[in-house]
Amino acid sequence: MTILKNEKDLVVPGEVLAEGLDYLPGYGAFREGEKILAKNVGIVAIRERNVGVVALSGRYMPKAGDKVIGEVLDVQMSTWFLDINSPYQASLGIGEASEEYVERGADLSRYFDVGNALYAKIISVSKHKNVQLTMKDIMCKKLRGGKIVDITPSKVPRLIGKAGSMISMIKEKTGCNIVIGQNGRVWIKGENEDLATQAVLMVNEKSHMDGLTNVITEFLDANSTVTTGTKTDYVEGDVNAQ
Amino acid sequence: MRSDGRANEELRELIVKAGVFKNAEGSAYVKMGNTVAVAGVYGPRELFPKFLQDAEKVHLKCRYNMAPFSTKDRKRPGQDRRSQEISKVVADALEPAIFTKEFPKVGIDIYIEILQGDAGTRCAGINAASVALADAGIPMRGLVAAVAAGKVDGDYVLDLTYNEEEKTKADVPVAYVPSLKKITLLQMDGDLSTEDVKNVVNIAIKGCEKIHEAQVEALKSKYAVVL
Repeated sequence: MTILKNEKDLVVPGEVLAEGLDYLPGYGAFREGEKILAKNVGIVAIRERNVGVVALSGRYMPKAGDKVIGEVLDVQMSTWFLDINSPYQASLGIGEASEEYVERGADLSRYFDVGNALYAKIISVSKHKNVQLTMKDIMCKKLRGGKIVDITPSKVPRLIGKAGSMISMIKEKTGCNIVIGQNGRVWIKGENEDLATQAVLMVNEKSHMDGLTNVITEFLDANSTVTTGTKTDYVEGDVNAQ
Repeated sequence: MRSDGRANEELRELIVKAGVFKNAEGSAYVKMGNTVAVAGVYGPRELFPKFLQDAEKVHLKCRYNMAPFSTKDRKRPGQDRRSQEISKVVADALEPAIFTKEFPKVGIDIYIEILQGDAGTRCAGINAASVALADAGIPMRGLVAAVAAGKVDGDYVLDLTYNEEEKTKADVPVAYVPSLKKITLLQMDGDLSTEDVKNVVNIAIKGCEKIHEAQVEALKSKYAVVL
C-alpha cells in the first residue's frame, strides 16, 4: 500500500521499494511476496503505478527498436555477424542490408567487410537472445572514418539530453558529426574529434551532475582553438543529424 | 571473553569497499579482522568452451584462490582440491541471488583472491563477490552476506579467528540473503548437537545482517559520488 522510496533515491539489490499490491514492478525491480524489491544498483524511477530502477552499471542488453553501433566480426554466405557491445552477437541478413538483387554465393564483403562499423537497428530479440539487425531505416548506414568511443550504456540518454540538447550543443561547438548507439558506443568524426571525445567522456563521468550542459558548454568554449560551428539541425529523436 | 577481547556475538573489524579495480566490470574488497579478500567480476560475456553454455540460464564461473603469502606456511600457488571445492560452494551460494534466466547462453566470471587468511576466507570471499556482482550491474534478488559461527569452550561465538577455529568443536559457515530471508550456504566442519546447530545458525544470521549493512553502505558510497 505504501511506497517506501522517493524518485531518484539510490538503491542496491534487495532494497524494498514498495509494499502492497497497489504498485507494479517495472524495469530493474521484482516482486517478492507483497513487496517490490530492487534488482540493480540504481536510481528509483516511479511512473504512476510502476516502480522501477534505472541501473547505474552493467552491460548493454539488446532491445527491439534500439539503434546500435556494431562492428562486423564475420561475413557468412548470407549474413553478417556483428559485435554490439553486449554479451550477445547480432546478425544482419542480406535481405535486411541491401535493396539490390544479390547473386547466390556472392561475396558479401563488398558491402560490409570485417572490421567495418555499422549503425543499425535491432528488429527483434528472441527469448534465447538471437539478435536480428536491419539497415532498412532512414538513419542506418556504414560509418566511414572517424573514431568510436565507449560510454556506459545507461548514460546514453544523458548524452543526448532533453530533446537532444546536449548532443546538438557538442556537435555545434565542435563541428563534429556524432552518432550515438543505444549500446553505449559513440561515433565521432570531424576536425575537432579529440575535443568532442573529451566532452563525451566528461558527460559519461559526470552524468548525474546538475547543470551539466552548462559545464560542458564552458569546457568547450574554453578549449576550442578554432571557432568553427557548422550548425547542425536536430530532428526529433534523431541522434544522427546531418 | 574471547582471546582477542571481543564479545561472543561480535564481528571482527569489518571493512567493505566497492569498485576497487578499474579493469573488472565490478569489484570489491573485504577485510574481516586479519582475513582479506578481493573479488573481481567480468561479464556477462560470451562463454567458452561451448558445451558449458546453457540455453536457459547464465553459467557462473567462480575461481577462489589463495595467495602464496596469505598464510603462515607458504601456500603452494595454484588450484588444489580445497580451492576447487570452495569455488564450487561459493558459486552455489551466490547463484540463488542472481537472476540467472536473464542471461541465457553466456557466462559470468567471478574471481576471488584471498590476500590474507585468518579463518573465514570463504565467507569473506562470498561477501566480496556479492558486492562485486552488484557493482557489475548484474540483476540480483539481494546481496549475499556470509559469516562463520561456532562453539568454543561451551560458548557460541561469531566470526572465528584461526586460533579459535583450532579450539572449536565445530565451525559453521553460513551465507544468507537478508532480502529473501534465505540461507544459501550451510556447512559444518566438526560435530554439534541439533540444539547447538540451531543456536550457531541463529547468531550467524544476526552477523550476516550486520555485514549486509556494511555491504549496502559500501555500494552506496561508491555510487553516491557520481550522483
